[in-house]
Amino acid sequence: MEAVVFVFSLLDCCALIFLSVYFIITLSDLECDYINARSCCSKLNKWVIPELIGHTIVTVLMLISLHWFIFLLNLPVATWNIYRFIMVPSGNMGVFDPTEIHNRGQLKSHMKEAMIKLGFHLLCFFMYLYSMILALIND
Amino acid sequence: MQVSSAYGLHPQNYIAPSGHYSQGPGKMTSLPSESQCGDYYSGLYTVPTQNVVTPSTVNQQPGAQQMYGRGPPAPHIVGSTSGSFQGAASSASHLYTSASQPYSFVNHYNNPVMYSANSSATSQGFPSTCGNYAMSTVSNAAYPNVSYRSLPAGDPYGQMFTSQNVLTVRPLKDSSFSGHNTPISHPSPLPPPPSQQHQQQQSLSGYNTLSWSAPGLQSTQDSLIRNHTGSLDTDSNNPTHTDSLSCPVMQNVQPPKPSPVVSTVLSGTSSTRTPPAANHPVKPVASVPQPAELLQQKGMQHGEYVNNQASSAPSPLSSASDDEEEEDEDEEAGVDSSSTTSSASPMPNSYDALEGGSYPDMLSSSASSPAPDPAPEPDPVPTLASAVPQPTKMAKPFGYGYPTLQPGYQNATAPLNSGVQSSSPVYSGFQHYAQYPGMNQLSSSLGGLSLQSSPQPDSLRPVNLTQERNILPMTPIWAPVPNLNVDLRKLNCSPDSFRCTLTNIPQTQALLNKAKLPLGLLLHPFRDLTQLPVITSNTIVRCRSCRTYINPFVSFIDQRRWKCNLCYRVNDVPEEFMYNPLTRSYGEPHKRPEVQNSTVEFIASSDYMLRPPQPAVYLFVLDVSHNAVEAGYLTVLCQSLLENLDKLPGDSRTRIGFMTFDSTIHFYNLQEGLSQPQMLIVSDIDDVFLPTPPDSLLVNLYESKELIKDLLNALPNMFTNTRETHSALGPALQAAFKLMSPTGGRVSVFQTQLPSIGAGLLQSREDPNQRSSTKVVQHLGPATDFYKKLALDCSGQQTAVDLFLLSSQYSDLASLACISKYSAGCIYYYPSFHYTHNPSQAEKLHKDLKRYLTRKIGFEAVMRIRCTKGLSMHTFHGNFFVRSTDLLSLANINPDAGFAVQLSIEENLTDTSLVCFQTALLYTSSKGERRIRVHTLCLPVVSSLADVYAGVDVQAAICLLANMAVDRSVSSSLSDARDALVNAVVDSLSAYGSTVSNLQHSALIAPSSLKLFPLYVLALLKQKAFRTGTSTRLDDRVYAMCQIKSQPLVHLMKMIHPNLYRIDRLTDEGAIHVNDRVVPQPPLQKLSAEKLTREGAFLMDCGYVFYIWIGKSCDNNFIEDVLGYPNFASIPQKMTHLPELDTLPSERARSFITWLRDSRPLSPLLHVVKDESPATTEFFQHLIEDRTEAAFSYYEFLLHIQQQICK
Repeated sequence: MEAVVFVFSLLDCCALIFLSVYFIITLSDLECDYINARSCCSKLNKWVIPELIGHTIVTVLMLISLHWFIFLLNLPVATWNIYRFIMVPSGNMGVFDPTEIHNRGQLKSHMKEAMIKLGFHLLCFFMYLYSMILALIND
Repeated sequence: MQVSSAYGLHPQNYIAPSGHYSQGPGKMTSLPSESQCGDYYSGLYTVPTQNVVTPSTVNQQPGAQQMYGRGPPAPHIVGSTSGSFQGAASSASHLYTSASQPYSFVNHYNNPVMYSANSSATSQGFPSTCGNYAMSTVSNAAYPNVSYRSLPAGDPYGQMFTSQNVLTVRPLKDSSFSGHNTPISHPSPLPPPPSQQHQQQQSLSGYNTLSWSAPGLQSTQDSLIRNHTGSLDTDSNNPTHTDSLSCPVMQNVQPPKPSPVVSTVLSGTSSTRTPPAANHPVKPVASVPQPAELLQQKGMQHGEYVNNQASSAPSPLSSASDDEEEEDEDEEAGVDSSSTTSSASPMPNSYDALEGGSYPDMLSSSASSPAPDPAPEPDPVPTLASAVPQPTKMAKPFGYGYPTLQPGYQNATAPLNSGVQSSSPVYSGFQHYAQYPGMNQLSSSLGGLSLQSSPQPDSLRPVNLTQERNILPMTPIWAPVPNLNVDLRKLNCSPDSFRCTLTNIPQTQALLNKAKLPLGLLLHPFRDLTQLPVITSNTIVRCRSCRTYINPFVSFIDQRRWKCNLCYRVNDVPEEFMYNPLTRSYGEPHKRPEVQNSTVEFIASSDYMLRPPQPAVYLFVLDVSHNAVEAGYLTVLCQSLLENLDKLPGDSRTRIGFMTFDSTIHFYNLQEGLSQPQMLIVSDIDDVFLPTPPDSLLVNLYESKELIKDLLNALPNMFTNTRETHSALGPALQAAFKLMSPTGGRVSVFQTQLPSIGAGLLQSREDPNQRSSTKVVQHLGPATDFYKKLALDCSGQQTAVDLFLLSSQYSDLASLACISKYSAGCIYYYPSFHYTHNPSQAEKLHKDLKRYLTRKIGFEAVMRIRCTKGLSMHTFHGNFFVRSTDLLSLANINPDAGFAVQLSIEENLTDTSLVCFQTALLYTSSKGERRIRVHTLCLPVVSSLADVYAGVDVQAAICLLANMAVDRSVSSSLSDARDALVNAVVDSLSAYGSTVSNLQHSALIAPSSLKLFPLYVLALLKQKAFRTGTSTRLDDRVYAMCQIKSQPLVHLMKMIHPNLYRIDRLTDEGAIHVNDRVVPQPPLQKLSAEKLTREGAFLMDCGYVFYIWIGKSCDNNFIEDVLGYPNFASIPQKMTHLPELDTLPSERARSFITWLRDSRPLSPLLHVVKDESPATTEFFQHLIEDRTEAAFSYYEFLLHIQQQICK
């Protein structure tokens, strides 16, 4: 059973890693003027909710399967995702707003955030991998 | 002298009211036409030859020397400038028609004002003929090429070139040129009569220039006062121009030439002039002309001296008459001269060092040069040296003595340097010179040095804020002049178009952080300009890596290469650029107009278009719900449209369309051939569609004019009985977007209430009880992203939406404004508009519409702002969409739009002493032309905190802070924004107190440059946008914020800190003349009730509204003469006009008010406020130095700041 949980987490984590990489690539495209702010933001906003859901599921899964350490590790990031999503002002077009992304260094902070998430997901990936193998051996 | 003439012209450029491009042919009167023709040709002929000619010709000319004695200026200028028309034209215009003619077409841009300026010369004691004469020539000159377009590169170069003259004064070449020219110009028989007159009046050769320069100066000053544009820098520059100008040219463009010569001569002159320059800015108005004149005289004579020598000296070398030969020789000559300077002449140390640093290429070129002609060097040394130390005396002896000097002139350079070293004043001049070449290499320490000697120190004078009661100056505050060397300063962009909050850029981000001041730019890129060089060429020269447009601040490494001043890449000069269409000469890329003007406009080729230029398309979307009909704006609008239909900017393809909406959307088929307009109603607002093809809804203005007029006449009465109260603004906008998307254009939306059905409907969010809350102000941001999305769609289709909100109730401007904000439109708000109950609003709408409909417009615009490597832009303010990091997408650009940019320093700027900023605005004019308007601003880099403080432009800083505060209040909260504003003062003053001034800490000390900072911040805190505690309607507040974001600095400053004048005792003292009207200039009063006396009458200029406050015991004479009522009691409560009375006080008051009105795009309302009437509260709200229930007085605010600092 535990193995199944970690296999699922592993897959989910892979998806999140790809998503982070996609965010980074798109944002750096915007930085380099390869795409304009409008298309960049509409691309990214599409994936904000999937990312949020994906990460929440893992977090909840860890809570349910009583892996406290991993749950607590995931909690801050999941909270941040939800907070960020909720706090979008009513006039904005999503977490990434094309009219503001170039202002006040938002682009940089988005980039930084995506980088941190990538690192975090990589860390999680190996953790899940280790736990999965451990679980398989135990089985 | 050339220099001086250049001065005269230069200031004028900026001055003149807009009349541009076409010159009135009527002007060409006084001159005999035949002479013109003759001269014209000869002139043309000569121009090309100039380059070629080797020095000798002068002597050959019969009586050339005499000519010099009398009227040398003309020949000089022509010769020396060789490339620059302007100078020639200007100077020539005074003297000889012949000389002026060839060049004159440059003068296209001169407009009426210029002429008046010239004529003013007469008043200064010059023979009236002279003035007239000049005028006529100028105009004539212009006349031949009426349209600037016909002359590809030529016409636009306009006046700016005059400055060039100075630059070009390189002795060797010039000498040859002048020699050559002189024959041409002089021999021409025609000129003599006028010229002789001149000459008789003043035997001194210099006099011509003198006369010229004098008027120039005067005019500048006038202009300054008049236009508000008044750039101090131009003003101040005038006197000092000479030295600096010469330097850059030398360095950049023509390494081979004997730069030393130029510099020396110039420096000499400059040294004499410098003192006045310093004075100049201080007293802008009346006093200036005289000293300037004097100085210029001297300067002129110097110049003369040089020129004469130039002409005479070269003679032995060669006499060449053949054009082609000359061309070849020209190149050679240049080389030769360089060789002389570098190799042959023994250089004083300082010079060597300089050269080594700044003129690397010179050396190399000199090495290659074949034959140096070193001979003359020794002679000039002694003479020059002697001359330099005592500049003041120079004038006469030089003028007369030149014959003896002649042989030596070539070498003047070397000697000069020595002279320079010996005498201190000269030295300073020289430093400037040194700094310039150093653009990139010289350490900024030089800049720091020059800072000490320049007029800056005053800006660092510590001011004890709590003790100095009258910190507000009596005269309007001008932008500080960047501490650049004089020629750069002169080339620099006008502060009206381009300003930086810190005119001394700190070297590192750490230094900036220490100073705690905002760093940013304020732009007004599409300002109505009177003088704009327009350039047509096949290749627009740009840096290959950063795409910067070539500008006056690039450095020319040699004839064929230039170094970008933003990214430092070395680029090739394209073949086409080597040819200067102005002078028709080859090999002088540095004299091209692009390199002579920091504001230029290019006619862009098809490379700059994504699609062929679209016609101008105007769509009007009108609210016709019950509310709108009740307010009655349709009458005003249709009236304005009917009046201005022919003045809508556009060409024959211009298209126009109308839509109205209430709960349904109505389209109007106006296609040609219909007997009357056809109304098509679409009631399906959930899925909007166009009932017919767009071609019949957007129709050609000229083909369907009758139908359009019919519609406009019918519209106001069409909906009088409507009972529809709903407003489907969202769907109407969607329909408009669909209609416009094929072409793009401008949509003008008139809305009178909250949109209540369909997409984009809004709820009322304002709680009236919270209006005067001191705590939280909510709902400053949009309620929905509908309008933002739609705006971005519009922006993508090159459509801008301008919003006119005329409502009496809350209409959620915060949400509606998005439609304009992100599509680069503009927002107008007329609270409680009603055409009968509120006639002054109706009149204001009418006037605003007139401006709105007829002003210039640019379509499909993008604006890119570039800055020197190391700086980066991170936040933009204004109405636009930031499409990529530095590209602002502007569907429309209008002349009233301002922008702001925040900057940060990413890399240290230690290896550069200058930074440049360039904005390029690419747009399609209403005539279907693709154009690029380029502004370039150059600023020095400093390394010390004191210098940073010395260069603060407090007005710009306040405007930038206001923009940032708006962002903050939307994204965070109003109280955060207010705190941030206060902290901005506290931080900067405490930083100053702790680092720069070592005075006692108990007092609140600010540098003089920042002394108004606390006052302005207090004004901001009491501004509608940011005030708390005073009842402010949400829409009013949001509108004030929109204005802060989109208004250019000049207008914004008045909104923040109104101007108060006492107008019951207007006198003509210090008055200025505008279009034959005398406009009195009363001193500014501080905004405090203590300045109001019951015996007086005061005018407050708040930008968008004027108040005239009448004291209770105001002089009855004034009330009768100006207001037309017998006494105070009989003045009505509501009075919005000053009657046109035929009395002197009335005339003065009215001319003053009209003058103030004319300076702004939107016509302000006028309220006459009687003392002790209820309306006074509104007036007193603007007295920001006084205490209100909710806010500090100025003094309390200072104490509060002091407290904060001490904490």
